[in-house]
Amino acid sequence: MKYSIQIVGVGGQGVLLASMVLGNAAMSMGYDVSMSEVHGMAQRGGSVLSTVRFGDGVCSPLEAVGSADLILGFEPVETCRNLSLGNKNTAIVMNLDPVLPSMVAAGFEEYPDIEILKKEILSRNSNLITVDATGIALKAGKAVAANAVMIGAMAAVKGFPISKEALFEALIAQVPEKFRELNTKAFEMGYEAVRRRRHTPQTFFKKNTERRRPSVWGKLNR
Amino acid sequence: MPNLLTDGGRQLLLGNEAIVRGLIEAGTGFASTYPGTPSSEIGNILEKLSSDIGMYFEFSSNEKVALEVSAAAASSGVRSFVFMKHVGLNVAADPMMTLAYSGVRGGMLILTADDPSAHSSQNEQDNRYYSQLSLLPMVEPSDPSDAKDMVKEAYAISEKLQLPVIFRTTTRMNHARGIVSFGSKADIKTKGYFDKDVSRFVNIPAFAKQNRKILLGKNSAALELSESSSLNRIEGDGDIGIITSGVSYTYAKEFIRNASVLKLGFTNPVPEKKIAGFVRTKKYVIVIEELDPYLEDQVLRICAQNRIDVPVYGKRSGHLPRAWEYSPDTLRSLGGIADVQSFPEPMRPAEIKLPSRPPTLCAGCPHRGMYAAVKKAVGKRDVVYCSDIGCYTLGVQPPFNTADFIICMGGGAGAAGGFDASTDQKAIAFMGDSTFFHAGIPPLVNAVFNNHKIILVILDNRTTAMTGHQPNPGTGREFGGIHTAPVDIEKLVKGTGVEFVRTVDPYKIRECAGVFSEALDYDGVAVVISKCPCPLELKKRKLLVPGYCEIDGSRCNLCGTCLKTVACPALSKKDGKIAADPSQCIGCGMCASVCPRNAIEVKK
Repeated sequence: MKYSIQIVGVGGQGVLLASMVLGNAAMSMGYDVSMSEVHGMAQRGGSVLSTVRFGDGVCSPLEAVGSADLILGFEPVETCRNLSLGNKNTAIVMNLDPVLPSMVAAGFEEYPDIEILKKEILSRNSNLITVDATGIALKAGKAVAANAVMIGAMAAVKGFPISKEALFEALIAQVPEKFRELNTKAFEMGYEAVRRRRHTPQTFFKKNTERRRPSVWGKLNR
Repeated sequence: MPNLLTDGGRQLLLGNEAIVRGLIEAGTGFASTYPGTPSSEIGNILEKLSSDIGMYFEFSSNEKVALEVSAAAASSGVRSFVFMKHVGLNVAADPMMTLAYSGVRGGMLILTADDPSAHSSQNEQDNRYYSQLSLLPMVEPSDPSDAKDMVKEAYAISEKLQLPVIFRTTTRMNHARGIVSFGSKADIKTKGYFDKDVSRFVNIPAFAKQNRKILLGKNSAALELSESSSLNRIEGDGDIGIITSGVSYTYAKEFIRNASVLKLGFTNPVPEKKIAGFVRTKKYVIVIEELDPYLEDQVLRICAQNRIDVPVYGKRSGHLPRAWEYSPDTLRSLGGIADVQSFPEPMRPAEIKLPSRPPTLCAGCPHRGMYAAVKKAVGKRDVVYCSDIGCYTLGVQPPFNTADFIICMGGGAGAAGGFDASTDQKAIAFMGDSTFFHAGIPPLVNAVFNNHKIILVILDNRTTAMTGHQPNPGTGREFGGIHTAPVDIEKLVKGTGVEFVRTVDPYKIRECAGVFSEALDYDGVAVVISKCPCPLELKKRKLLVPGYCEIDGSRCNLCGTCLKTVACPALSKKDGKIAADPSQCIGCGMCASVCPRNAIEVKK
């Protein structure tokens, strides 16, 4: 067995923490682990990508394009930017909460409508699982726990090879004592949000559905 | 954060963490660096742990000095370690070349962290050639576990040959993470004694000529070590051979089947007999290495010398690229000559337009203020902005566009002098505080000496921000039981004879623009010091006084001056309103200082 996860997001969203949690959880289950991280200049508000690979005989820190078993998208546009990392069978777990790039915030570029981003993915891959990670984290207590929500959500993905318990243990080992309760709650809520949906399938994108007109792209559907 | 101080067990380590653990297990007593990605984490870890390890560690003012201090320690019998990014070795090459003639007594490693694909660098030079230029032995690890073990092996080679050893890594080794088994800590020797030996350590021409011969003798001895080293090993059978080193080995090992792999870890000198013996038994060989054909050309030479008529494929044959880092995808081009694993068909890239997200100056970054002020003062004048290496390089983006020429650390100020002498354009140089101490003082002195009427803006944010907030001479030192006072930049500049020296607060953009206008009109070398601590550093040290900006909708007429001049990521225009995002805004008030209608209020 070999398994590859590509984690995409924006510097400061906790992509590195999530990759550490995954790597440690995989190690605790006895797998070989090889990972690659982005440090340095790109972290200054730029796009970030972490690769986590584990299983028998894994030694390359990078994965070939198209080969990701799972894409964990911390941000919608970043998820769409990196679709070629996966294939039509890749599981995609995507946070719905956008982080606006500075040029969008200043009004020079537009952020696409979330529904259009979803359709863009669904027209290539029917395994998309969307998570309102920030909303769930706020219900758990604080927006910063969004990455714990995402990790919990991933644990509920059908066929995910790392056990929920191992992921949870690895998460709790990474967070400071005073945030343990918050992260525990957020992890469980993320897990439940996806587990429940496994039994009520989402409506998938239909090929002939008309696309929304570009004029509404600038408005965010939060 | 893994615990690097415990013995035994297995941990998931970053390549740079594994290297630190290697130093602990090798008993390294002395380390020095100038920070540079992808090697920076090593220094950040040693800043925290060196006291607990019992090692002396320093951030030196530049790579050259870092190599010199470590050279002295190793010449006194203390195991030393100097580390830097690839372009840092250009700076340190001068002492390295002659240190090779003298050699060392305690083991010494020179780590060069190369950056194929230039993820955070200005070029992707292949520093393996420095090992041939200097005749120093070189090792190349493939992954974190390999790196930890190779530190010990490299010290053994260094002490056997009495030569420093180049420890060459790349970004995908430094920033890869893998499982590392811990051994036990070694005893550490931090004090040695320098036994004088003039003919060895004083390379005047008469001695240098002799030492060159001694070095060539050591190079022959190194070749023997390389031939028998377990770092160079053959894995698997088959009549197709692969010769590889570094991270490329992991791609070949995992994704190419039915081939015999010669993994080279001791790569200068390469094991000639081992390579000849390997190639001779193959139908053909493929050399897989990133960047330049360093190994490949040597394999071709060895084949020619030994009259081996076996095809060698790689870069020279057009099968593999010379630019950018490799990945499993690179192997696709070997489909015709190797049994490469097939990969699934990737999803088509998104067809809708996605907004770009380049790295950007942070919310409340003082560089934004200084750039806005300079742009305002310069107006329509014809100027050349010479920038340098640091966060402020990001000023190349709109709306600032304050970088027209960048080459290397300290290079902007030097070039500014040349633009002043060779054009009628006004030359303005930007440089950070750490860069100023690294390589900015000689070009400033040069401008004074030759009357280049440049303006040097020293962006003093009280830290070495880009590489992760290391201290520098301008901040003083407060770790490892050593406390020193900051070097005063303004006094230092005045000491060179510059008469126009002004220190400004970049958060007050209008005042800064006024001072900069004076500098533009000044007939001589002008230095403006923009002094304001990096807010990220303040946040890390829990010293940031929280505040936020509030925009009064009744006064704001949506002119957008704040967005266009400061372009702070905390500011946004949506639903017909300009607002400051309270989760990002630090209340620096730069936007308030440019608002023509005083519609922005800073609240603490």
